[in-house]
Amino acid sequence: MSKHHVTATINGEPTEFLCETSQSLLDVLRDELELTGSKEGCTSGDCGACSVMLDGRLVCSCLVLGVEASGRTVDTIEGMAQGADLHPLQRHFLEGAALQCGICTPGFLIAARALLERTPDPTETEIRYWLAGNLCRCTGYDKIVRAVMDAAAEMRGAR
Amino acid sequence: MTAERKEFRWIGKRPVRPDGVDKVTGRAQFSADFNMPGQLIGKVLRSPHAHARIKSIDTSKAKALAGVKAVITGADFPSLPDEWVGAGRVEGNFKYFSENIIARDKVLYEGHTVAAVAAVSAAIAEEALSLIKVDYEVLPHVIDPVEAMAPDAPLLHEKMITRGMKTPPTKPSNVAKWAEFLMGDPVEGFKKADVIVERSYTTKAVHQGYIEPHAVAASTSADGQTVVWCSSQGQYQVRTWVSKIVGLPLSSIRVIPAEIGGGFGGKLIPYLEPLAVRMSRLTNRPVKITMSREDVFRATGPTSGAAMKIKVGATKDGKIVAAEGEFIFQAGAYPGSPFMNGLMCSFAPYAIPNVRTWGYDVVTNRPKAAAYRAPGSPIAAYAVESALDELAKKLNIHPVDLRLKNAIVEGTPSYFGPKFGSVGFVETLEALKKHPNYNIPLGPNQGRGFASGFWFNGGGESCATVNINDDGTASVIEGNPDIGGSRASMAIMAAEVLGIDYDKVRPIVGDTASLGFNHVTGGSRVTFATGMAVVRAAEDAVREMKERAAMLWDISPDAVTWEDGFARPAGDNAGKHEPLSLKQIAGQAAKTGGPICGHASLNAQAPGPGLGSHMVDVEVDPETGHVKILRYTASQDVGRAIHPSYVEGQMQGGVAQGIGWALNEEYIYDKNGRLENPGFLDYRMPVCSDLPFIDTIMIEKPVPSHPFGVRGVGEVPIVPPMAAVANAIHSAIGKRLTSLPMSPPKVRAAIDGDA
Repeated sequence: MSKHHVTATINGEPTEFLCETSQSLLDVLRDELELTGSKEGCTSGDCGACSVMLDGRLVCSCLVLGVEASGRTVDTIEGMAQGADLHPLQRHFLEGAALQCGICTPGFLIAARALLERTPDPTETEIRYWLAGNLCRCTGYDKIVRAVMDAAAEMRGAR
Repeated sequence: MTAERKEFRWIGKRPVRPDGVDKVTGRAQFSADFNMPGQLIGKVLRSPHAHARIKSIDTSKAKALAGVKAVITGADFPSLPDEWVGAGRVEGNFKYFSENIIARDKVLYEGHTVAAVAAVSAAIAEEALSLIKVDYEVLPHVIDPVEAMAPDAPLLHEKMITRGMKTPPTKPSNVAKWAEFLMGDPVEGFKKADVIVERSYTTKAVHQGYIEPHAVAASTSADGQTVVWCSSQGQYQVRTWVSKIVGLPLSSIRVIPAEIGGGFGGKLIPYLEPLAVRMSRLTNRPVKITMSREDVFRATGPTSGAAMKIKVGATKDGKIVAAEGEFIFQAGAYPGSPFMNGLMCSFAPYAIPNVRTWGYDVVTNRPKAAAYRAPGSPIAAYAVESALDELAKKLNIHPVDLRLKNAIVEGTPSYFGPKFGSVGFVETLEALKKHPNYNIPLGPNQGRGFASGFWFNGGGESCATVNINDDGTASVIEGNPDIGGSRASMAIMAAEVLGIDYDKVRPIVGDTASLGFNHVTGGSRVTFATGMAVVRAAEDAVREMKERAAMLWDISPDAVTWEDGFARPAGDNAGKHEPLSLKQIAGQAAKTGGPICGHASLNAQAPGPGLGSHMVDVEVDPETGHVKILRYTASQDVGRAIHPSYVEGQMQGGVAQGIGWALNEEYIYDKNGRLENPGFLDYRMPVCSDLPFIDTIMIEKPVPSHPFGVRGVGEVPIVPPMAAVANAIHSAIGKRLTSLPMSPPKVRAAIDGDA
């Protein structure tokens, strides 16, 4: 069977790709577009390491088909920093040592940004439940939650 | 010399890690992120049976499929002799390692590799797997280690005779090894006890749960030189295994370490690498293999489940006079559970005159156990630290005070080896008593639990090179994969010795061809042993720079000192020459003898053991049996915190894994010996909303053998949590749970009086 020709806006850039019907958006990002910042941890939507924004909505890209991206916008970890300017979340993850091995970090950053876009002043509990779809096995989440709180405070000008 | 120095310029600071930006921008390359032009995709055929004889494998149809380039089975690998290498608790047997990577005459667990294919696409490789015909004779299986010890249990290895017994048994069994440690006379000791606690405990197999599945890319050129790209806890270990299991000289294999997405012991041993290398050699093309999460659960190492019996006796004043423990550990399909660690770590934190521990390494039809963070110690500590809590309550002594009365100190003899060196155990307990969480009032259905833990910590072989660049910066080459910020620690220590800014030091993790042998990233050894190598290499570079300065000044090298990145003339020459900075010396290197580099190669000895004490508050929902962690405090002797944030991170991460082990995680098998929960939905690891902030207390008691006093910190934090949570549950509901995980149904049953 022939491949599908898909056009989408990925990290703000018009992008074309060919994909099989069965290929997930995650596979397309990683294998066709060489955007390997989105990670595969489970392919069942349980770990959140492949989190991306699809038309501004947080999704597990392993649960979306590549063809479903047709005509839509996809934002991945590769588009989070503006050149050398890191997003405040990225900076606070670094300064707060909120990563150890780093494999879950792209997913957490995408998910945390989605939270702060809708809830600029989240409580600790709101952060913990919003991020409950992202697994981290290294940190015990302590420094991740703190980094998100610190970034949120900076972004709303509270510090 | 530096261990006594109070003021450090970089040690104890919290700079951003050198590899950090790549990891928050998605640029860091982990195992599966690496692709090579012309690569084939490898797929693995796994056993659907828990135990079966392979009568035949027909690969002809798979080989004939267009696009298939290689199909391999166990017959494509050399048979290795049944011999044990290494000693005691760290011994291994490459015959078993090899057969675990690809089965020969029998499959011993569901998920055991039977064959592998390499094809031009994943879809063709998948199709080829379906064309391989394996004729199995299904055999009776055994999952539980106690059942596996029964005389009529199905035998995994039909000729296996128990090792380690004074009189070897005449009949084969599933008990691979027996071991015992004895000090004093426990029988006499128990006669002096006023109070004795005796109880049995069980734990289930749990997985390390790293988020990055195993993956590898291997490429072999026509001259037989192989490059392997993979994440692991030791590129040299991967090289050794590939060499032995595929049968190649070490010099023909170069292993390049990818970033590693978590390991916790589970990536100390390779699974896919020998398969990928074998197929790349058959095809002379790159071969990439990645595991699915299901494969990771079914075929890579969980740690053992266990059945244990503990007996402890104390006098009325709280002195423990005798202790005994029996430890049955399931090894999985091949010998090698961490049972000996359990025997040694169980009572290690306590000065007990009469101790006997003994145990069994039992094979079962499960994936072969792999190391998991302080392997063996958390399992044993769950039993022992629960028994001590019961003992404290019987004696009417606070559980922290009971531990204080019996805590090891420097010079206490151990029952398994030499006397303990520098240990800060007492300090960890006293710090808990001073912590604000110690006195927070508890509400209804809430309880507070305490437990402690021990881990040996490791040293071993490490080497490092420090290259001084002509712009005044330095490159550090070390050989241990950075699994949680160790590059930052190496850069901090190098900057401290060189006297230059942290930002001017760039550490990299070298491949197997760029640096001599380095032992694995494991055993909490890297910041200690590899850190020692980095410090010595930096000192070697400083020595060289002093000689270069002496040459420029035409004075004796002995008359040069090194301070804050400058060579200064000393003694009679003091003040006679302007100090020379590292940058100035490096800039003139060509005319003073060529490039400046320091190197060190060592086998680090006398690591300080790790000891930690934990305190947890829980709330039990009496209706559902759900246990909520309200607050958690971990206190630990960390030696010297080189980068305190990453030390705290080790403590918090270990605690979180321990809480998962305590409350939810377990391998569940059906009656056919098939794993029922090989995914993150049903194998329930803690998520963010399950946990509170985890408070840490870092006690710094420097280890004398390390120039900065470093003590391994990564493993001991997972040792106390299971018992601490069990003891807190007891404090909340008055019932003692003696079986992990303490999941809602078990807690409910305990409340209802069924347990």
